[in-house]
Amino acid sequence: MSLLEFAPLVFSISVAAGCLGALTGLGGGVVITPALTLLMGVDIRYAIGASLVSVIATSSGAAAAYVREGFTNIRIGMFLEIATTIGAVFGAYLSGKVPTSALAIVFGLVLLHAAWQSARLREKDGDRGDSDPLASRLRLDGVYPSSSGQKPYHVRRVKTGMALMWVAGTVSGLLGIGSGALKVIAMDRAMQIPFKVSTTTSNFMIGVTAAASAGIYLRRGWVAPELAMPVMLGVLAGSMLGAKLLAGARTRALRWIFGIVVAAMAFEMIYSGIRGKM
Amino acid sequence: MERIIGQLLRFGVVFSSAVVLLGALCLLPQHGRERVAFADFRPAPEEFRGVSGAIHAAARKNCRGVIQLGLLLLIATPIARVAFSLAAFAVERDWIYVCITFVVLAILLGGFFYRQ
Repeated sequence: MSLLEFAPLVFSISVAAGCLGALTGLGGGVVITPALTLLMGVDIRYAIGASLVSVIATSSGAAAAYVREGFTNIRIGMFLEIATTIGAVFGAYLSGKVPTSALAIVFGLVLLHAAWQSARLREKDGDRGDSDPLASRLRLDGVYPSSSGQKPYHVRRVKTGMALMWVAGTVSGLLGIGSGALKVIAMDRAMQIPFKVSTTTSNFMIGVTAAASAGIYLRRGWVAPELAMPVMLGVLAGSMLGAKLLAGARTRALRWIFGIVVAAMAFEMIYSGIRGKM
Repeated sequence: MERIIGQLLRFGVVFSSAVVLLGALCLLPQHGRERVAFADFRPAPEEFRGVSGAIHAAARKNCRGVIQLGLLLLIATPIARVAFSLAAFAVERDWIYVCITFVVLAILLGGFFYRQ
């Protein structure tokens, strides 16, 4: 295939993946790698390199909007980024050591988990008790805008959250994805941070986490300009389109339909990995 | 602080996308007929794997170099955000967060410039 055929095709697939990622809340990165490997036969190392770069673009673009709305907690993000960046560097190191078939299998499993997680998204924020002493010392508690004015919240189980964030960072660096689902689990579940604060702060952290491993990928030669170019521009355009559609769409039905698509991709990844075709 | 961070991130994404797009508009007419093979993995050429290589290639008007430069600017965007936060926490005399931010920045720069 010539570059003039390849680039527009990859661009279109990336727009679709970015759109799907935004509509399901999974993020574009976790959808583009299976799309490139399964549909286009791209080597998974190139796909991961291009996907990681696109993750920085979409998360920074979205974070720019969220930060102004006042949900993002910059202190929590900054503090937890210590754990995610250490994990990301470790994950990027690991990705160069494990065979590509293993990468495909782990990718499939993480994709399945993310799809399952997003299918049962909920937005319940009860009263959740006092702060962890460590959270008080680090002044992690904050307020967020709600229908009844600025609402305060407390942060709990900081160490557990930190450990989970290290895992999220490692997965991000290993597979070239944002691993937003794992970050939200760490904040929403473990640290009991309100859902909207968790999702926006997670998005805020994704760019920094991805930047920590991007340099390593780049130096290893996994970021090919001819591929990363249409992927980055496409996923960015697609996720902006998806965010627009999301405002008007009935998301429940969409989530289910796309959830099934994503699950099918995940099984295909695992199957290809086991057969050693990756 | 929130407002400036928002603007910084937006500017970084728009600017780096524009550079990548410029590289694409340069690459496609010149090399559009070349065959692409991404099924077999061969690491990207050495000159596109580092900061100075990409800058030199871009300065030579090498289209792939321009794309890589755009990607480097994109990677630099969150790093610049952290560097700005460091300064902002220092102005607020919030020393705990100056330390925390410094650690994150050191890990980021370490990952970026470390040579195997």
